[in-house]
Amino acid sequence: MSAALLEVDGLTTHLFTDMGVVRAVDGISLRIAAGEAVALVGESGCGKSMTASSIMRLVRPPGRIIAGAVRFEGRDLMTITEPAMRALRGGKIAMIFQDPMTFLNPLMRVGDQIAEAVMLHQGLSRRAAWTIALDALKLVRIPAPDSVIAYYPHQLSGGMRQRVLIAMAISSRPALLIADEPTTALDVTVQAQIMRLLRDIRAELGSAMLLITHDLSLVAEYCDRVYVMYAGRLVEEADVFSIFRAPDHPYTRALLRSTLGPDRKVVDFASIDGQPPSLITPPSGCRFHPRCPERISRCAEETPPWQATARGGAACWLLHRDANDRPA
Amino acid sequence: MTALLEISGLAVRFPIGGGLFRAPSGHVHAVDGVDLSLAPGEVLGVVGESGCGKTTLARAVLGLVVPSAGQIVFEGENIAVHNATSRRAYRRRVQMVFQDPYDSLNPRKSVFQTLAQPLRIHAIVPRGELRQEATRLLDLVGLSPGADFLDRYPHQFSGGQRQRICIARALAVRPKVIVADEAVSALDISIRAQILTLLRKLQRELGLAYLFITHDLGVVRSLCDRVVVMYLGRVVEEGAVEDIFTQPRHPYTAALLSACPVPDPTIARARRDPPLSGDVPSPVNPPPGCRFHTRCPVAREICKLRAPEPWSGDASHRAWCHFADEASSWNFTGAGGGTQR
Repeated sequence: MSAALLEVDGLTTHLFTDMGVVRAVDGISLRIAAGEAVALVGESGCGKSMTASSIMRLVRPPGRIIAGAVRFEGRDLMTITEPAMRALRGGKIAMIFQDPMTFLNPLMRVGDQIAEAVMLHQGLSRRAAWTIALDALKLVRIPAPDSVIAYYPHQLSGGMRQRVLIAMAISSRPALLIADEPTTALDVTVQAQIMRLLRDIRAELGSAMLLITHDLSLVAEYCDRVYVMYAGRLVEEADVFSIFRAPDHPYTRALLRSTLGPDRKVVDFASIDGQPPSLITPPSGCRFHPRCPERISRCAEETPPWQATARGGAACWLLHRDANDRPA
Repeated sequence: MTALLEISGLAVRFPIGGGLFRAPSGHVHAVDGVDLSLAPGEVLGVVGESGCGKTTLARAVLGLVVPSAGQIVFEGENIAVHNATSRRAYRRRVQMVFQDPYDSLNPRKSVFQTLAQPLRIHAIVPRGELRQEATRLLDLVGLSPGADFLDRYPHQFSGGQRQRICIARALAVRPKVIVADEAVSALDISIRAQILTLLRKLQRELGLAYLFITHDLGVVRSLCDRVVVMYLGRVVEEGAVEDIFTQPRHPYTAALLSACPVPDPTIARARRDPPLSGDVPSPVNPPPGCRFHTRCPVAREICKLRAPEPWSGDASHRAWCHFADEASSWNFTGAGGGTQR
């Protein structure tokens, strides 16, 4: 494997609430190589967004990162100073979120907002930053960029706002783009435009991407590798072709069977019974065992270790099954 | 096949601006001349992008907005001219399930109170049997044993369970039609599969018909029998799901299908770029001629001038495109005709 751009090791973030300690991120390890598109997939509340916030050191109380290492281009992000971290955010690591309106200032022209980020990160004059802002708007294929640069966010459609946010993110030519559900609020035709735009821009700038999503269909089309998360932990990692062909973990299998595409009719939805567990009192052993159709006696007793495989890895006792195991 | 619900020439307009002494400055033509029919026990999908009028259509069917033109005929009766009594009878026949199970349950009412209200209003069972009937409904939607859930409040349930309660409430009055507006869109994927399984089971066991409003073409392919595709307030294509997904006859349908992600990396990567650019035009001043011509990759001169007549294929497949006959030569593909899995 080529040298990792981002390396996360045993990242653990808990939320210390009045109801108890929420184990939102519980020992996540992942790596992203330069230029690679990696997905972090899971259902709501599984800790995937909290993983991204932890990588960026944006966890707010009552949340706290309690263990783990995050290395980006060889630097340990857990120990660098806050000013150094701030220079990295929106600089070498850029972020895009689901709801563009939350991240745009309604009282500022979009050009000023992009230029401000450029001035901050690249130390350029307002005039030079404005030129870069215009180039960025052209790069995200906004029609009539010369006029749009002077618009306020409310004058733009949802898809156009997301493009402005992408323009802002790429204006610093980031090495890593963290995209948290970037198209969930958009229509499918706009989603396809935005996802292809991200793909093309990444190819041009050579940026890597961490796509955080619940939608396996997007992963199939736009990512190279996938990490699947369940209840705060990783359950499987593989390249996208292997995981769609033959997933190792029963949770991944169930997710894939429940993902409905327009390409074929699914006769049996084969749903997973029950619901995701509380992260305050997570189940013993494998956290998926209460819902797992393939569980064996061991699953409730011991946490399955991460088993590296040729194509990635998985945490499931089925990969270690021996003659003593019996169905639970 | 006689239709249970027959809609013809339905239009819903909303005024923009205006006030006590000022005339409105224009109208949003949210639904602009829609015909459709729903047979008993049929699952009809209504798809389109946001702003295409699908939710307004649903609200008109439910009697929540007043149509500006057209007819909605249910079992031979025009509901637009209903009086209070027949409107109540209609409401018993046509029920609804909405997208957000958090907003559509009263937080101060227990599950029993929520279910008992429609039972009492429509006198479905004698007063003494309310609890028994509510229990039966909960068991029916998979919250069993139902008796254990009767005295709980909405905040004690997860999103998927709340959606089951909403479905139970809709079923309380023993309807023939359920209008489901994005009923599974807000749910997580594993929970969505559970609710879809439930909807399919109820349809088979109770012979329900669904008007299933969604933007999710993947759900339509697997759940619906027929589908209606809407664009800017009008129907652009309708027909059996298998026909439309394997050979769309309207360029908008083809474009929607090719923009919809496919959960298969090999197929996904072999596809061409989706042909649609730009946003949906404003429904205040819809484009003349074919409304899709401003974004259509195969539009010609006539499309700007004249609204197309419907093209009719075999069975019930219809498409409002001047060039529907040439569909097989369009170089952007639909979703492909996979087999069942």
